[in-house]
Amino acid sequence: MSVGSTPDKFQAANLDGAQTREDNYLLASSGVGSWLFTLDHKRIGVMYLVGILVSFFLGGIFALILRAELFTGTKLFLTEDQYNQMFTLHGAVMTFLFIIPSIPAALGNFVLPVMLGQKDVAFPRMNLGSFYLWVVGAIFFLCAIIFGGLDTGWTFYTPYSVTTSTRVILALLGVFVLGFSSIFTGLNFIVTINTMRPHGMTWFKMPLFLWSIYATSIIQLLATPVLGITGLLLIAERALHIGIFDPEMGGDPVLFQHFFWFYSHPAVYIMILPAMGIISELIAVFSRKHIFGYRFIAYSSIAIALLGFLVWGHHMFVSGQSQLAAVVFSGLTFSVSIPSAIKVFNWLATMYKGSISLATPMCYALAFIFLFTIGGLTGLFLGALATDIQLHDTYFVVAHFHYVMMGGTLVAFVGGLYYWWPKMFGVMYNENAGRLFCLIVFLGFNLTFFPQFIMGARGMPRRYARYVEEFQIYHQLSTLGAFLLGIGMVGAIGVLLYSLYRGKKAPANPWGANTLEWMCSSPPPLANFDNPPPVGDPYDYSNLRYDEREGGYVTVPGPAKKTSSH
Amino acid sequence: MNLLSNLPLLADADGGLFFGPANSTFAPMVDDLFDLIYWISAFFFVLIVGVMVYFVLKYYRRPGHGPQPSPTHNNTLEIAWSVLPSFLLVVFFVMGFTNYMSMRTPPDDAYEIHVQAKKWSWLFVYPNGAESSDLHIPVGRPVRFILESEDVLHNMFVPAFRTKMDCVPGRYNEIWVEAVNTTGSGINPDEHKPHDLFCAEYCGRDHSNMHAFVYVYETGDFDAWLEKAANLYEGRTMAEVGELLYKRKGCISCHSIDGTKKAGPSFKDSFGTAHKFTDGTEAVMDENYIRESIRDPRAKVVAGYQPVMPVFPSSRLSDKDITAIAEFIKSLK
Repeated sequence: MSVGSTPDKFQAANLDGAQTREDNYLLASSGVGSWLFTLDHKRIGVMYLVGILVSFFLGGIFALILRAELFTGTKLFLTEDQYNQMFTLHGAVMTFLFIIPSIPAALGNFVLPVMLGQKDVAFPRMNLGSFYLWVVGAIFFLCAIIFGGLDTGWTFYTPYSVTTSTRVILALLGVFVLGFSSIFTGLNFIVTINTMRPHGMTWFKMPLFLWSIYATSIIQLLATPVLGITGLLLIAERALHIGIFDPEMGGDPVLFQHFFWFYSHPAVYIMILPAMGIISELIAVFSRKHIFGYRFIAYSSIAIALLGFLVWGHHMFVSGQSQLAAVVFSGLTFSVSIPSAIKVFNWLATMYKGSISLATPMCYALAFIFLFTIGGLTGLFLGALATDIQLHDTYFVVAHFHYVMMGGTLVAFVGGLYYWWPKMFGVMYNENAGRLFCLIVFLGFNLTFFPQFIMGARGMPRRYARYVEEFQIYHQLSTLGAFLLGIGMVGAIGVLLYSLYRGKKAPANPWGANTLEWMCSSPPPLANFDNPPPVGDPYDYSNLRYDEREGGYVTVPGPAKKTSSH
Repeated sequence: MNLLSNLPLLADADGGLFFGPANSTFAPMVDDLFDLIYWISAFFFVLIVGVMVYFVLKYYRRPGHGPQPSPTHNNTLEIAWSVLPSFLLVVFFVMGFTNYMSMRTPPDDAYEIHVQAKKWSWLFVYPNGAESSDLHIPVGRPVRFILESEDVLHNMFVPAFRTKMDCVPGRYNEIWVEAVNTTGSGINPDEHKPHDLFCAEYCGRDHSNMHAFVYVYETGDFDAWLEKAANLYEGRTMAEVGELLYKRKGCISCHSIDGTKKAGPSFKDSFGTAHKFTDGTEAVMDENYIRESIRDPRAKVVAGYQPVMPVFPSSRLSDKDITAIAEFIKSLK
């Protein structure tokens, strides 16, 4: 399995790019079984990536069908029933199968152990298990779609979800299993980061991506069980009529909303925190500047994770919860915006006096700052009680959360994918094509979702198959934007896939980053490192120099600079 | 597609870019708070993106230009940009909260209307017993709504009033509103340009069709409308009244009039024809059968259907109402 461990093996692989077949985790063994039963975190990460991208395109196709139907206010080709199922599946697939696991399970799995200079996560078998739980959960979802669909919205609000004849129980079982997948991933990462940091990597010398994954894992571990229990209660309500959520049986439908959002609001941070971690890496690397305010960024991740548990009630300002509760939740909601703002200011300060390269990952990082700023600022309208009353359950909310989740998380995910792609597959993609599709994604995104702010504020409710004529122009702009966005996304992924066949061979460190994953060859050998790599300040680029022969950056020998970590 | 001809909507003459006209007493407060947050957000957005673009242009990687030294942290600066925005957030919170309290605290003397939401229609019940499927209110008078739902969650949303609230089965929620403009003159609907009333909480198949209109009258016109609405039978034939009751009392959700099979048999061509029942007997549908089916629905259940119809006692449908419904069914032959 592992290669011989002559002391200079690591150096040789690094500088010459000469790999033996055994060096490469992709080729170290072959056959379907070598993938399906692998315990290698990198292969598990790649399998997640495939599953997640398939889910993303499935969810995306649902979205385009919805947007096409909404081109006019009247029926084009979907009945109301079909429309309701379509928006439910779009939301459920995108949320549970794609965006929650996207960064932690796919990119995190691949990158985290290498960033720690280790050969794997703490529990490799649990890691493979959590992937198979994801697959089982996805199969439950597919069964729900095939055998009768689902029309509750991804939120499963009672009592509608108790009474509808669609496949609520199958979908909830899927959510339950996916929850365990998420819990296992979080648990694995927490233990890995706690116990396997290499000598010299103190908490405050850890790359910020790992801080964000750590904060995310805490949420996954603490919040996800509540979703599982809520799902089980809802299954029991449907099957056994125990009377906890259904008012017909003396239950309380608002109780379900409390349970549901107690998970699902923190889940928003499961989505956005790792994205912020990626952006912190990208901005520093592509500006060739030490990240500004390291500690503030690290603390703000933890602050977001903790405060994120206290704000779920802002989804329920018009549900009839008590006015006191509404006021308290509104106040707490505003408090979450501070740590998010801190990160944005720190990223800008990092760019100050830098040497900014507009490589594709950086283009996505800049798009992220643009879109996430809009997403964050529009959250202020929803946090303030009086304005939320008007905006709640309208397209304003739809636009807001797409700016955060898609403009934020998805854009960071794609940026991270471009960034780590050479490491993952050992090939360079076409830079100009990458940038072109990034621009198309950016334009398509804004054309899709910006009109939704306006129509939402003017009163267009969400989840509507039909609408009054007043809103048609905004819907038409949005639909055109959605197809442009679709072209951009297909192109962005296509550029990467094309590079697998035609891409130039990637050097060990194409971007000049100083986190440990760039110190092994691309793609990494099965065991990642023969010897533990030296740990330094992850954001100190002073010892890196571009090497023409290598086509990437190499470490120049010199006095190890002692820099402060913050 | 006529994108261009529609574009003037983007700069609506009445109301701003984001909001339509403000038609309730608290709508201007909501709009003012929205504008305040909007302009402050716009300022920060332009600042952030402006700085970002400026840095990209100024520090773009060129040959011969590397990064220049600069501090990696600055506690004073970082604490400042953490704390100072908090003051703005406190302002937003307090304004949102005080406006919200006035939106949620109805005056004691408010006029009361009961709102009953169900899949997929609205029923508004007025103090004198009048009922309507669109909302009719007087201008310049606080109106308190008591919201309930018969089945799943619904939400009463009137964008022109800037208000919405869930209708939750098993509990009453309330909101209030005072309209500041009428929607037209007189009580003839054609003379009005009513506001939209949407259901904003997803409630199943016809969620997006659960749409009603809001008519706002001068006080005198409202009283006239109310009197007419209370006296359902005046100026209408029995069959017309029956059709109104068929829609308002919910018969429409289980009995179609076009032959479609729903939870109950269709009314189309049913009067005067024979029906088979689950117990094997058979009878011709006449006035007496209709009356029995409303007062005691389980007595004779048509074969092929479940005994799911609720009992309608005389407090919910008078004998006269039943006569009107029978006339309506008769007219469907």
